[in-house]
Amino acid sequence: MTSENILDVNNLVVRRGKAIILNIPEFYIQAERSLALIGPNGTGKSTLLLTLAGLLPFSSGQLFFEGNPVCDRASLSHLRRNAAVVFQEPLLLNETVHQNVALGLKFRHVNSHEIKKRVEEALDYFGVTHLAVRSAKTLSGGEAKRVSLARAFALKPRLILLDEAFTSLDPPSKEAIIDDLRHILDETKITAILALHDREETLRLAQNVAVMQNGRIVQFGATAQVFNRPNDEFVANFVGTESILEGLVQNSAGGLMGIVVGGKLIEAAGSFPSGQKVYCCLRPEHITISLACPGKTSARNIFEAKIKKIIRQAFFYKVLLDCGFPLVAYITVPSCDDLGICEEATVTASFKATSVHVIRRE
Amino acid sequence: MELILQGIIKAFELIFSFDPEVLGITLLSLKVSVTATLISLFIGVAIGTTVALNNFYGKRLVISLINTGMGLPPVVVGLFVTIMIWRSGPFGFLEILYTPYAMIIAQAIIATPIVMGISLAAIQNLPPNLRLQILSLGASRLQMVWVLIKESRLPLLAAVMAGFGGVISEVGASIMVGGNIKGYSRVLTTATVMETGKGNFDIAIALGIILLIISFLINLILTQIQQRQHPR
Repeated sequence: MTSENILDVNNLVVRRGKAIILNIPEFYIQAERSLALIGPNGTGKSTLLLTLAGLLPFSSGQLFFEGNPVCDRASLSHLRRNAAVVFQEPLLLNETVHQNVALGLKFRHVNSHEIKKRVEEALDYFGVTHLAVRSAKTLSGGEAKRVSLARAFALKPRLILLDEAFTSLDPPSKEAIIDDLRHILDETKITAILALHDREETLRLAQNVAVMQNGRIVQFGATAQVFNRPNDEFVANFVGTESILEGLVQNSAGGLMGIVVGGKLIEAAGSFPSGQKVYCCLRPEHITISLACPGKTSARNIFEAKIKKIIRQAFFYKVLLDCGFPLVAYITVPSCDDLGICEEATVTASFKATSVHVIRRE
Repeated sequence: MELILQGIIKAFELIFSFDPEVLGITLLSLKVSVTATLISLFIGVAIGTTVALNNFYGKRLVISLINTGMGLPPVVVGLFVTIMIWRSGPFGFLEILYTPYAMIIAQAIIATPIVMGISLAAIQNLPPNLRLQILSLGASRLQMVWVLIKESRLPLLAAVMAGFGGVISEVGASIMVGGNIKGYSRVLTTATVMETGKGNFDIAIALGIILLIISFLINLILTQIQQRQHPR
C-alpha cells in the first residue's frame, strides 16, 4: 500500500446469497491515472465498480481509500463524498439541466454563488453551457450523457467511476464524448475507473487495464502490455489478438501517414498530424508471410521478420513474428507446410496501409 | 321533467344567493376532507416510501394489504371507527363520536391506503440505479429519500387527487361517525342523502352540483400543476 494509490483492496469478497460474485485478493488503483475494467457481461465489473465507490457493501476483506480503511459510517461517507459515479443511463432528475448539475453541490451545502460558478464551469467542460435552462427530460442521448458527466465533474471528485457510460450512445456522440473526456481527465488529473467492453475505448481512455472473469481479476497491467501479451487464452480471446504497437506519426500527407514503430516506419491510411502519438493495431489475418520479398504488390508495408514462435490453433497456425516490433500472423496448415517455415527462420511479413487501424494515444 | 327543471333553478338560486346553510355545509365538507387528505398524505407517503425503499421479510404481503386497503368500503371504516370511539370503546374517553373530528379520522383512514399504494408504486417505478446515483453524488439517506419523493411528484399529485376524490364523495362513514347533525357535522354528501330522503330534490340537486363543482375545481388546479411540470 503506497500513498500513490488512491484505493487499495485486500481480500475483497462480495457474496450474494451463497454465491461469491466478487473475489479480489489484491488490487490497487493508482492516483491520477485511469483504469479500465473489462470482461464479458455478468463478470462482476459493475459490482467491483460500485463496491469501490462505497455504494455496495462487501462481505469480507478490506478497502482502503487514500491509505485509510473504509470500515465505518464516517469513512464510508468520506469515500462517497470524494467519488462520483456515472451510470450507463444518464439518470437525470425531472428538473432543469442547471438544477441537475447542481444536485451534488446542494447535498454538500455549498453556497449558491459557488454552486453557480462550479455548474457553469462543468457545463463548459462538456460543451453544454447552452442547455443550462432546458428541462433535462428533453435532451438527446448524447446531451444527457454530457450533462450527467458534468454533474459528476462539478463535484471535483478525487475519483470518478464510469459504469459502461458509453454503451447506449450513437457512434458520433460516443466518439466526441470520449475525446472530450480524455482531454478533461488529462487536464483535471482526476483518477478514473471505467467499466468498458470495447477495446478501442480502453486504448483511448485507460493507461491501465484489469481483465475480469467470473468475479476475479485475471490480468492487470498497462493497457498495451495486457493487449499484446495476454496471460492466458481467456484474456487473449477477450482482448482480441490484434498486435497493438505504440508509434509516433512522422509525416502525414494525402491520406497516408508514416508512423515510426520500434525504429521502423509503417505506412498507414489516415490523417493524424505529424508528432501525434498513436497506437497501430493490426489484425493477424491481415498479415501475409512469404519466403522472399514479394514483387510488385499493393501492400505498402514489407518487413523482414524472424519467427519467434509457431502455435498450433484448431485449423491454423498462429505465428509470432519479430520485425523490430512484435507482430502476430495467422497462416493455414497447408500454407505453413508449403512454405516449410519453422521457428527462428527469417521470412518477409507484409500488410497493406489500409489494414493498419490507427488510434490516437495521449 | 318539471321536477328536475325546478330543482335545477332552485339549486342555482341557493348557490348564488350564498344561502348560509348551504355555505356552512360546503365549508365543513372542504374542511373535513382537506384535513383528512393532508393527514393521509403525510402518513401514506411516509409509509409508502419506507416500504418501497426497504427489503424485509413479508414485503409482498404488506404490499398486498396496502393494495387491498385502496378499496376499503367506507361503511366498514365507519363501523370500525364507531366501535373504537363508542362511549364504552377503547377510545371512548375522547368523546368525539358524532363530531367533525371523528369524520376526519374516518376519512383519513379511507384515503391513507390510496395515497400509500400510489406513492409506493411511484417510488418503485423510479430507475433502480437512481438511488445509487443520488448516494454517489454525496447525498445522506434523508436527502436521497427527499429527492426520490420530489422526483415522484407527478404520481404523488395523482395520489392526492385520488385520495381527496375518494373522501369528499364518501357518505357511509361520515354519516355513521358524524351523525349528520344540522349546523355541526352535516356535510354535502350526508345532507344530499337526507334531503333526497325527505323529497327536497331542489336542495339535494343544489348540493350535488356544488359537490361536482368542488371536485372539478380541485382536480383542475392539480392537473394544472401537473401539466406545468411536463417537458417544455
